[in-house]
Amino acid sequence: MARVLVDVMLKPEILDPQGQAVQRALPRMGFDSVTNVRQGKRFVLDLADADPATLRATAEQMAEKLLANTVIEDFHVTVLDEAGETGESV
Amino acid sequence: MPARIGVVTFPGTLDDQQALRAAAAVGAEPVALWHKEQNLHQVDAVVLPGGFSYGDYLRAGAIARFSPVMDTIIDAARGGLPVLGICNGFQVLCEAHLLEGAMIRNGDLHFINRDVTLRIENNRTAWTSDYEVGAEAVIPIKNVDGRFVADAHTLDALEAEGRVLARYVANPNGAARDIAGITNAAGNVVGLMPHPEYAIDDLTGPAGFIENRRVPGTDGLPFFTSILKSLVSA
Repeated sequence: MARVLVDVMLKPEILDPQGQAVQRALPRMGFDSVTNVRQGKRFVLDLADADPATLRATAEQMAEKLLANTVIEDFHVTVLDEAGETGESV
Repeated sequence: MPARIGVVTFPGTLDDQQALRAAAAVGAEPVALWHKEQNLHQVDAVVLPGGFSYGDYLRAGAIARFSPVMDTIIDAARGGLPVLGICNGFQVLCEAHLLEGAMIRNGDLHFINRDVTLRIENNRTAWTSDYEVGAEAVIPIKNVDGRFVADAHTLDALEAEGRVLARYVANPNGAARDIAGITNAAGNVVGLMPHPEYAIDDLTGPAGFIENRRVPGTDGLPFFTSILKSLVSA
């Protein structure tokens, strides 16, 4: 069993109205120091019988094909080891 | 034999019945297509209707794009089959890379349900030949992820190639360059955020008076008369 995280964020040049709404709400709760908020999503994928050698490439293919729309979104793949820690730098 | 216009139903589709009704209204034979079937039942054109296919989970249109029926439609569209994607259908066409760009959340985060005025800019497509260039059409929008975006290079190319199909006269959602709809280079694949199938008769369409202009409630009908004519003459 291997666990892979895929974080998907709107590209920096794409306006993020959801993040902006959060940004406007935070100061109302006293969090005055927030200057920018971007909202994204995280996929936590558990893979059975995964070949460690191809794990990253497989996750990147899944992200390219389905998890992210690369017209408007960037993605970031993190491979975790069995303890749930980041197994390699990315 | 009348031209056959297929309308796809995905789980979560809302407007398939309205699209079928619009096809029938212009004298075409409406054909219901099911997302799990690759068979297009010899249709001459396809409408991908509005709604929330697969609950809009992941992204609007992202999962529908990989449904069995879309495998066939994507191939057929590249071969020239006329395809009109309305609202969620437009999102599916973008996810399938049959059209450029993508749709993101409306600028004000609201679900917008409103009659809007469009200006038709391209009447050389299979779906818009019955409009005059510059014609204004009052057609409803109803969406939350309706804001068309693309990078500047893509937008410039769409404009340069005359592939902006229609623009909002008053931009409701922050769409890039007021774009409400675009076409592919061949003019057979068209995506439109507003809903022409809801503007095909006086009783149920957005009939009324806008700035003292009598709006008949049928401003969306030319999308369907256009495709019928192009099929008959083909």
